[in-house]
Amino acid sequence: MSLVYAGVCSHAPGITGRADQADPDARDRLYAAYDRQRQQIADSGAEALIVIAAEHFANFFMDNMPSFAIGMADHYDGPIEDAAWLGIPKFRAPGNRDLSKRLITEIMQTVDVAYAEEWKFDHGIAVPLHFLTPDFDLPVIPVNINCQGPPLAPLHRVHAFGQAIRRAVDAVPERIALLGTGGISHWPATPDSGKINEAWDRDFLDRWARNDTEALLDYDDLSVYAEAGQGGFEIRTFVAVSGAADGSTGVVDFYTPIPIFSVGCTIAHYELAA
Amino acid sequence: MSLYYVQKFLYQLNRDERVQREYAADRRAALGDYELTDTEVEALVAPDIGLLFHLGVNGQILMHFAALHQIPWGDYLQLMRDGIAEHGPVREGVYAMTGYEGVDAHAAALGQTSNATDGGGNLGAVADDRAAAGDREGERP
Repeated sequence: MSLVYAGVCSHAPGITGRADQADPDARDRLYAAYDRQRQQIADSGAEALIVIAAEHFANFFMDNMPSFAIGMADHYDGPIEDAAWLGIPKFRAPGNRDLSKRLITEIMQTVDVAYAEEWKFDHGIAVPLHFLTPDFDLPVIPVNINCQGPPLAPLHRVHAFGQAIRRAVDAVPERIALLGTGGISHWPATPDSGKINEAWDRDFLDRWARNDTEALLDYDDLSVYAEAGQGGFEIRTFVAVSGAADGSTGVVDFYTPIPIFSVGCTIAHYELAA
Repeated sequence: MSLYYVQKFLYQLNRDERVQREYAADRRAALGDYELTDTEVEALVAPDIGLLFHLGVNGQILMHFAALHQIPWGDYLQLMRDGIAEHGPVREGVYAMTGYEGVDAHAAALGQTSNATDGGGNLGAVADDRAAAGDREGERP
């Protein structure tokens, strides 16, 4: 088994870009939780980090929108946003084209994916990397699930995509960490930015931690939009990780709504079955 | 009405420094290759954040356009609220899915208190709920 870590975290740009406007206690506890997640990934001995993100029109647009895409390059630049606005300096993260190609080839046995030999990281990946691989010394394999421009892949397909990622990871010799990044309920970059449906979030996280597939797939986009905002579509990244960690249960390491960050900030991981 | 092309221009603007230089040099000329209505052109040239939101531009695209114009976060949120108040509900796109009509109506639909008065997004109701529930660090459901 070469999947050595599977977890999720928030990626909202305010986490770094509006850090000075947040409640210092909540912010510092979140940052400490990120640091514990960084340590968990380091302790896993991971040789590469797959980041399943929900990018925000940085690379993919409605002229040719893939449901699933995977990066296949030896490096990636970011952040695409203004560095001062995001609070993250420009960086170049290492990739691993050969590993990407092997993973993509295996995933394609069961799921159709697009691949991309260039990819500019937006906050969806840049914010997690800023905390989890601050020295950019771990090769990253970016994965995107379209969570922004409907129609979106249904959740059962997303779950199957996560299972395909797991099969591919298990087929390569490298030790690989898997991270899903997204929000749960949130209304980012809209007049409702800052609204968080905490009850909805906690119910979702309960399903995610139990890894109850039937319960996790029991959502539809209209109800998610009504109760959890368009940002709620990003639960796809969490669901994909649950598919990759089938048979394992999880721990919610941190959950606290921080409205100025526009999301219930979350860090969680699965305790992978041996 | 060509929301697709409004968003496509902003997508290119957000990710391409060359397009940013062209827009900085001559906003109207930078829009030349896109099929836009006069209203859309004026909204992109002004820029009119509230009108663009009303027309249906996705906030994940629009917020970067606001940042390009050095519009502070709180002002960006208020401009969108003002746009809905002035022009009416979002006409098209993802925010029109369930008839979004503004912060207060949306909050009422969710049974929550509006946070419309706080540009920083610091909630009243949800924050209170959090305090009551307590954080759940390390929770194992």
